[in-house]
Amino acid sequence: MIRFDRVYKRYPNGREALSSVSFDIGAGEMVFLTGRSGAGKSSVLRLITLLERPTRGLVNVLGHDTQRVSVSKVPSFRRQVGMVFQDHRLLAERSVFDNVALPLVVAHTPLRETDKRVRAALDQVGLLDRIQALPGELSVGEQQRIGIARAIAPRPALIVADEPTGNLDPQLSREILGLFCRLRDAGSTLVIASHDMALVNESGARQIHLDGGRVIS
Amino acid sequence: MIGWLSRHLQALVFALGRLARAPVATLFTAVVIAIALALPAGFLLLTHSVRDVAGNATTVDLTVYFKREVPLESVQQLAAHLRQRNGIESVAVITADDALALMRKDSSLAEALGALPDNPLPHALSIHPAADASSSTSLGALRQYLTAWPEVELVQLDSDWVRRLDAILLLMQRITLGIGTLLGFGVLAVIGNTIRLEINGRRQEIEITQLVGGSAAFVRRPFLYTGALYGLLGSLLAAGIVHTAVALVAGPVDQLARSYGSQFALQPLGGQGLGLMLAVGALLGLAGAWLAAARHISRLQPRA
Repeated sequence: MIRFDRVYKRYPNGREALSSVSFDIGAGEMVFLTGRSGAGKSSVLRLITLLERPTRGLVNVLGHDTQRVSVSKVPSFRRQVGMVFQDHRLLAERSVFDNVALPLVVAHTPLRETDKRVRAALDQVGLLDRIQALPGELSVGEQQRIGIARAIAPRPALIVADEPTGNLDPQLSREILGLFCRLRDAGSTLVIASHDMALVNESGARQIHLDGGRVIS
Repeated sequence: MIGWLSRHLQALVFALGRLARAPVATLFTAVVIAIALALPAGFLLLTHSVRDVAGNATTVDLTVYFKREVPLESVQQLAAHLRQRNGIESVAVITADDALALMRKDSSLAEALGALPDNPLPHALSIHPAADASSSTSLGALRQYLTAWPEVELVQLDSDWVRRLDAILLLMQRITLGIGTLLGFGVLAVIGNTIRLEINGRRQEIEITQLVGGSAAFVRRPFLYTGALYGLLGSLLAAGIVHTAVALVAGPVDQLARSYGSQFALQPLGGQGLGLMLAVGALLGLAGAWLAAARHISRLQPRA
């Protein structure tokens, strides 16, 4: 599903974020990227989602060598990857339905199918009753669950999450972890960057620990 | 096809919604565009009106004035002779009495003419050349031929004023083109800047859309519709301004034209003119939005 082979990433300011990073993630796995701030977790996610290209090495995601994906093909590539962000990235002026429907709308999914999938995704995160609410009317935990619903609504093969519990209290964090576990059990592949070691250990999932841009374990 | 239409309809509805949610800002932008479009449109309408009047009178005729002592019979004989000549479409005899009567009727000199003891005007011929003999060379040759007649006092080729009118019309067209081009760029700039501000205001939305797989076309489309709608609304207002202006000045212009014996009248915009204005407005709006969208959206890089 994902293969990093001796990947280097150096940013234009000269900072080397990743240095000879190699790992494989198989289909249906839930993997945590762990490490301190600046360890390179976000850079790995950015390379997976084609927000960045590697300076050197091979990044293969869903069978695509990301170095070879042309700029015009990036949107269709991203439609195969669901993304969850620490700050939710919801559109404040749009309803929950519109927010969750966005990836389906950009993929030109028929209206009836969009409606069906949005409801299914909201049902999965337990927020179907808030379908007409605006994000501002929801709690932080609910907003994060809407962010997850948006990521899973198009039924992507891969879900990546960058510090999805970073702004949540332990109770809400466990709820979100439970949600991710259910998605894994349903067959999704998840790559989650987190520095919340307690939560990561509680999940029992495989960890890729990064430090100074290198894979430590 | 249905999917394509649905996507465009969605973008159109979205753009309409954005404009409707900020009616005052939309109106101000449309008014600026309207003023920029109304000026060249008004000039163009004026040029067309003048050309239409001139078009009825641009046939170049020759007028032959005979010496006063030449009798009418001789003039009629010469007219009959001319009618046999190639390159002449018609020859009209204008007797001295007819000319005087016409002058009394149409001229402000009627009183002065009435005070004269006898008719000072000569007999004349009005010669209308055939279309295929209206070149300056042919007319020059005909003029030379007529001047050689001993009975003829003067041959007047009525082309000088036509040339002057053509020059004035050409000047008006060039001025209209110049103003139109300048103001067209102005409209592009106004719409481009408005769209740029919209893009900046919706930066987060654009970034999120790109993150979830929105293509460049998908992101750009609502802005293009917004630009086209601004142009359309602006040109509709411009048409209203031109129509109102024509309606306001048509009466006085008509009075002025009549006092000079002219049939000049300002023409209304008409359906074709309105259609052209709307098309130009929409295209300018689309072009301005495209330029802004291509420039500013490509600079927005989504961040995870």
